[in-house]
Amino acid sequence: MNLILITEQVLNGVQFGVMLFLMAAGLTLVFGIMNLVNLAHGSLYMIGAYFATSFYQWSGSFVIGALLALPATLVVGVIVEVVALRTLYDRDHLDQVLATFGLILFFNELVAIVWGRSGLYTSLPEWLSGHVELLPDLRYPLYRLLIIAIGIAVAFLLWYVVTRTRLGMLIRAGASNRAMVAALGINIRLLYTIVFGFGAALAGLAGVMAGPIYAVQPGMGESILIQVFVVIVIGGIGSIRGAMAGALIVGMVDTLGRAFLKPLLALVITPSAAQSAGPALASMLIYLLMAVVLALRPEGLFPERGH
Amino acid sequence: MKPSIRGAIALSVAAMFAVGPAHAADKIKIGFITTLSGPAGIIGKHMKDSVELALQHLGGKVGGLQTEVIFGDDQRKPDVGKQVAEEMLKKDRVDIVAGIIWSNVLLAVAPSVTSAGKIMMSTNAGPHQLAGKECNPLFISSSWQNDQTPEAMGKYMQDQKFNDVYLIAPNYAAGKDMMTGFKRYFKGRIADEVYTKLGQQDYQAELSQLRAKKPKAVFVFLPGGMGIQFVKQYTQAGLRGQIPLYSSYTVDEVTLPALKDAAVGQWETRYWSPDLKNPASQKYVADFRKKFKYTPAYYGSQSYDGIMLIDAAVRATKGNLDAKALMAEMLKADYASTRGKYRYGNNHFPIQNFYLAKAVKGANGVQMQIETTVFSDHRDAYAKDCNM
Repeated sequence: MNLILITEQVLNGVQFGVMLFLMAAGLTLVFGIMNLVNLAHGSLYMIGAYFATSFYQWSGSFVIGALLALPATLVVGVIVEVVALRTLYDRDHLDQVLATFGLILFFNELVAIVWGRSGLYTSLPEWLSGHVELLPDLRYPLYRLLIIAIGIAVAFLLWYVVTRTRLGMLIRAGASNRAMVAALGINIRLLYTIVFGFGAALAGLAGVMAGPIYAVQPGMGESILIQVFVVIVIGGIGSIRGAMAGALIVGMVDTLGRAFLKPLLALVITPSAAQSAGPALASMLIYLLMAVVLALRPEGLFPERGH
Repeated sequence: MKPSIRGAIALSVAAMFAVGPAHAADKIKIGFITTLSGPAGIIGKHMKDSVELALQHLGGKVGGLQTEVIFGDDQRKPDVGKQVAEEMLKKDRVDIVAGIIWSNVLLAVAPSVTSAGKIMMSTNAGPHQLAGKECNPLFISSSWQNDQTPEAMGKYMQDQKFNDVYLIAPNYAAGKDMMTGFKRYFKGRIADEVYTKLGQQDYQAELSQLRAKKPKAVFVFLPGGMGIQFVKQYTQAGLRGQIPLYSSYTVDEVTLPALKDAAVGQWETRYWSPDLKNPASQKYVADFRKKFKYTPAYYGSQSYDGIMLIDAAVRATKGNLDAKALMAEMLKADYASTRGKYRYGNNHFPIQNFYLAKAVKGANGVQMQIETTVFSDHRDAYAKDCNM
């Protein structure tokens, strides 16, 4: 019984970690390669969720909605990069933070104007809303299993693109020494636009998958963005491997902390003290973890080599 | 001759001060503060639209006077709310400040308004401080005291003799207050009491824990986006048919458009519901739907009531906008409220009915339907601490 619960919570942790990874992958690439702090990454996640929901409502098919939302978010990402961010690459990080924070406000209000303030609704399609019996007594939602599967597939795809293709080689080269890459005749601007666009599409994918389970509403990107920053700091900025590891660690620590910290504390201190300390500590856990990682390995657990 | 000049100045200054309030005014200015931007902006919209509908019903004249309503956005931040209120008091010279969704914002704004000698009317927030020890002669509520709604749920679940109830609320002041209010009337066994992070999106871990505990019922307070997420995930986890879900301030006309079928079967306590049968409420809901094309929540009805209450008081004082005179009239609650007849307690909070409502499929999509009256003339628990 208890073992079943722990297994279920581990699955919950993996599923949350995978969501974080999709966000973190794009953010860490943009941060590592373009040296750009993009606070508006959460807005792209929100846009992805809104597109998927609207296309789903319009077409009546969840899959079509998702397939249309991804290129649409990519296009939004490219437009943002070309219009707003290009001029910021040479500025310092504070200017970038200010400008991208402005973008957050812009997108939140834009979404409220276009779709209204009350948020959109999607339910899961019938064929995705069932449960799978993984073990006797452990029935897990099919949709959340699908999120895990897609997340792992995307991770492999990213790993393949970055390590085994020409584009990946350029991306890695751009991360190590962009002046040299430009000197070798590579159009670094175009490379940046591509990277940013795909980062946006990854955030959009996270938004697409979040739509049916979370509230699709203005400002939905900010709460997850903070956790995503924790992920890339723990994993090492610019590193896909680090993003994967960081996301799984954060997802697991957060989920297991929320589930088991209070009962564990109750074994050590009085139940009433555990009642008040448990939730407070559980919500701090990932930040404590980040502080520890920063103190011991300021570069993160899997730093990108060659910086 | 110097002293007499000084005396003359003093006299004329005194005269200027004396003249002001005694005269009937020909114009009234109301400052209305709510949250108009960000994710909570939707609640502010229900309130602002309701104020506009009230003005339309009054022909643009509150109390028969020429009326100006100045809307302010507190951005859900206490410091911003306070700043907006002070600007309204000093620059716009408003006669009354009304509105305010959040208890923490109200606690910052109310002292600025009352210390300036003006009336503070809350049309939503009802923190226990203002109902008890810090009650103020110039403060009045057109809504409720925070604890009352969960108290009604506690009372109902106690009457139904529930045991093993699982409680979930966000880990912040109001979350704990709500659960305290619930437990004031519910005396059965509590399976577990879980506090989640404020603004949490994913409740899958909590739902796994909940399922393992096998409670007989669940009571949650998760307002706004948190409620949308929780209720959706509760239904998706297949718990909807298994364990009944009860809540306060979680499923309402603000979140129903996003929840739709996922909310069907949800139980909520409330003091007002769009299906409440009285002429004022029916007129308000029908005209609101016609004008704004959506169904108002209690945030709206109590803001509409607030303007109507001011209107009644100004008519009774014949245009005298002196705060004390107005407050004396307001406390009579002599107007057609959308909640029906109610009265005011010594702490200037309403003593009113609370109902149990259920989310059902109806003519306007999924809607709340009143099932039973839980409390009649319910007074809040803090009134006894107020020395007024």
